[in-house]
Amino acid sequence: MRLNRSSTRPIMLITVLMIMAAMAVLIVSCRDNAGQANTSAQVAGATEDINAIAEARGLTPTDIANAVKTYTPSGKHDEYYLFASGGQSGQVYVIGLPSMRIVKQIAVFTPEPWQGFGYGAEGTMNVLAEGGLAADGTPLTWADTHHPGLSETNGEYDGQFLFINDKANARVAVIDLRDFEVKQIVKNPITLSDHGGTFVTPNTDWVIEGGQYGMPLGNEYSSIENYESDYRGMITFWKFNREAGRIAVDQSFAIELPPYWQDLCDSGKLVSDGWVFCNSINTELATGGVELGNPPFESGASQNDMDFLHIINLNKAAEVYAAGNYEMINDFPVISLDTAIAEGLLYFAPEPKSPHGSDVTPDGEFVIVAGKLDPHVTVFGFDKIMAAIEAGTSDTDKYGVPILDFDSVMEAQVELGLGPLHTQFDNKGYAYTSLFLDSAVARWSLGGSFDELNEDPPWTLVTKTPVQYNIGHLTTAEGDTTTPDGNYLVAMNKWAVDRFMPVGPLLPQNFQLLDISGTGTDMPLIYDMPLPDGEPHYAQIIKADKIKAWDVYPEVGWDPHTQSVRADAPKQGEERVERDGNNVTVYMTAIRSHFTPERVEIKQGDHVTWHITNVERALDATHGFTIPDYNIHVSIEPGEVVTFEFDAVQDGVFSYYCTEFCSALHLEMMGYMMVEPSDQASAND
Amino acid sequence: MSNFFKKIIGPRTPQTLDEHERRQFHLPNVLLGIAAVLLLASMFLPYWKMTLKAPQYPGGLSVEVYVNRLTGDVSEIDGLNHYIGMRPLGEAAQLERAVSMVAVGALVLLVLAAIFVHSPWALLLALPAILWPFIFIADMYFWMRHFGLNLDPTAPLSSSIEPFVPPILGTGMVGQFETIASFQIGLWMAFLAVALILAGLYYQRKAYKPLVDKS
Repeated sequence: MRLNRSSTRPIMLITVLMIMAAMAVLIVSCRDNAGQANTSAQVAGATEDINAIAEARGLTPTDIANAVKTYTPSGKHDEYYLFASGGQSGQVYVIGLPSMRIVKQIAVFTPEPWQGFGYGAEGTMNVLAEGGLAADGTPLTWADTHHPGLSETNGEYDGQFLFINDKANARVAVIDLRDFEVKQIVKNPITLSDHGGTFVTPNTDWVIEGGQYGMPLGNEYSSIENYESDYRGMITFWKFNREAGRIAVDQSFAIELPPYWQDLCDSGKLVSDGWVFCNSINTELATGGVELGNPPFESGASQNDMDFLHIINLNKAAEVYAAGNYEMINDFPVISLDTAIAEGLLYFAPEPKSPHGSDVTPDGEFVIVAGKLDPHVTVFGFDKIMAAIEAGTSDTDKYGVPILDFDSVMEAQVELGLGPLHTQFDNKGYAYTSLFLDSAVARWSLGGSFDELNEDPPWTLVTKTPVQYNIGHLTTAEGDTTTPDGNYLVAMNKWAVDRFMPVGPLLPQNFQLLDISGTGTDMPLIYDMPLPDGEPHYAQIIKADKIKAWDVYPEVGWDPHTQSVRADAPKQGEERVERDGNNVTVYMTAIRSHFTPERVEIKQGDHVTWHITNVERALDATHGFTIPDYNIHVSIEPGEVVTFEFDAVQDGVFSYYCTEFCSALHLEMMGYMMVEPSDQASAND
Repeated sequence: MSNFFKKIIGPRTPQTLDEHERRQFHLPNVLLGIAAVLLLASMFLPYWKMTLKAPQYPGGLSVEVYVNRLTGDVSEIDGLNHYIGMRPLGEAAQLERAVSMVAVGALVLLVLAAIFVHSPWALLLALPAILWPFIFIADMYFWMRHFGLNLDPTAPLSSSIEPFVPPILGTGMVGQFETIASFQIGLWMAFLAVALILAGLYYQRKAYKPLVDKS
């Protein structure tokens, strides 16, 4: 056999031809649908005359400037999250700043059907049940939420958790900000009302829940005539376990306090880290009885010119607790008032008069107490407090708590106006205090290390901006941290009066946004927002990029209550209905646009445990699920597994369906639960 | 027989070469070597990508095709495809994906072998690698056509979507989805390897043909 050059030529030729053929296939295939390319959307509208629009709507140049400051176009995200208490709704509101758009309501203490909170889903039912029972033994289903507290790391909001208290039933809830869902509610074992919560220590080691109305601790009975001897105040320190995302009740404790009405607290920071400052009212020990001819509480509790700022050494209290130096009340460790005094855990400083907010400055050097019935804010110096404690005092209240000399601990008093309540801070050396009776926000200059941050002399009122109306709390961007941002302030007004269109006698609350990026008298009001669901008390504002919320649950079969994958979560292809005697277990999956199974046949009298996994991975592909007449509704977010149980007491045919408009074939996403009557069921057996 | 073998592997590289000749004889080896490395590396990179854009998916959905696997929003695309009765993407080209790593590895070895074969037969060794990117595209086209034209007639939207063949390159429309298909780095590397192989074979032939003619 002989090969030469000529014999290889056909091979080359074939190769070249094949390549050309392949190229031709490629080019043809590329052309297939080229003609169908989407044409880009046309640019809508022409440039409009802004002045003409403003004139037609009666807007001033200031209005236009405010609109430009707050308007957030479609698709653009806000700069900050505002987490607001939902007041009597028992919930938390999530609002974007500066647009003031409500982004979410978080169900916390109150059943809320959209989120499937408290309408069957096991985890939510457990949270509610563990969160305390009403007098009739059923879970408490409402709350008076007051003060949200964001978790902190080194004195900065870290965006991981949010805590909020229920004043009405003395409870504290833990919300996980990965999925914006409540994970735990703890009920205070020794008291029934709280107000001084929630506040966290700079690393969220402790969540502070201060009490409100004096009562016999542990919910004992004692006649009101024994108020001075048997009634007490308290402060509870809940230990937070960040890893578990839960308050560790078994590592938490309380301190017994005199039966003054402890009000608001704040945690020390930086130099004052480890100390807690709470104010109080009713140091008169008024017991009311206006119907008996006694002065009503409102005047009985407002007689003294000075009440007591409670100065609590938390670090030392934790040592006393760790040493076992406490009593048990309702199975909860309580450091007695006598122990607290003997161990130097508790000091008082006089404060004028029936004060409200107690707020620590960003550097931790000062405690600002707003007078409420006194037109001043009183500034206490932490170093002065420490020196006074060091020097000792012979003055005590009637319970033996040492009282520091007012003049030795007071740094400054600044006259702001009528009804000062709460104080927050910015990054330019200013403090902002709400003035309830003046219906205004006061900007005033701080002293100390803050003095050099602005032109204004220290400890002076700079300006006031009227707000509408009856402002309670106010909050500034990152205002409770060691490094506030300034920029924005939200005035949380109790009355709206004429701000919004009439909606009957119950009016919404009015949140007003103030631009505090300027200095001096430059502090304009730029937006009004009605909040139509309960009276929010406090709110906190956190930079948006600190919140690392999940788009969807990390894995399919995720149980939000444990924040982990559940082994028994139904999987695709393994859906089934199992029967064990009268116990039926349904393993169901949900995907656009069907449940599997679509027929569930059970018998009257069965006890049914129903698991549903949403196997979707797409953002926003949430499914809802309900069974008519069984009062069951759950929300199943992408990846989530939900379990609910019920007794099939009622026979008949029940059309269960998806309650979230999930897809074009959403209406078809349904199935039938057939409950065979028990007599027929037994006849068939 | 040894004559036949010599004919196939062609003349050996002369032992004594000047600078210019060395470059002439080494160039094809380098070109073929680089081509082999490119092919090898391309196995670990995406070859093709399709992005689906629709109003309710602002970020789009995409699937990236590697020689042995699919990545991206496959389950979401499958979920949507079930409405029009298209089978899950994972069911396509299962055999091809299973053998692809070994197959491409073999192509690489053949290209390397071509370095040592200094006759026109080198082209035959390199031919699979030359055809490889075109085979890949043709196979994918076959599967897309097969899937697009064989929709489940009982699917919810079977009456509103006609069977279709999505474009393998460029844009198209399926329902409210704009599809954008593009070649990815792996495929471009395979194309580059083809060019390098052809150039390598050309220079190899150029270098060794005078030796053949002399003999």
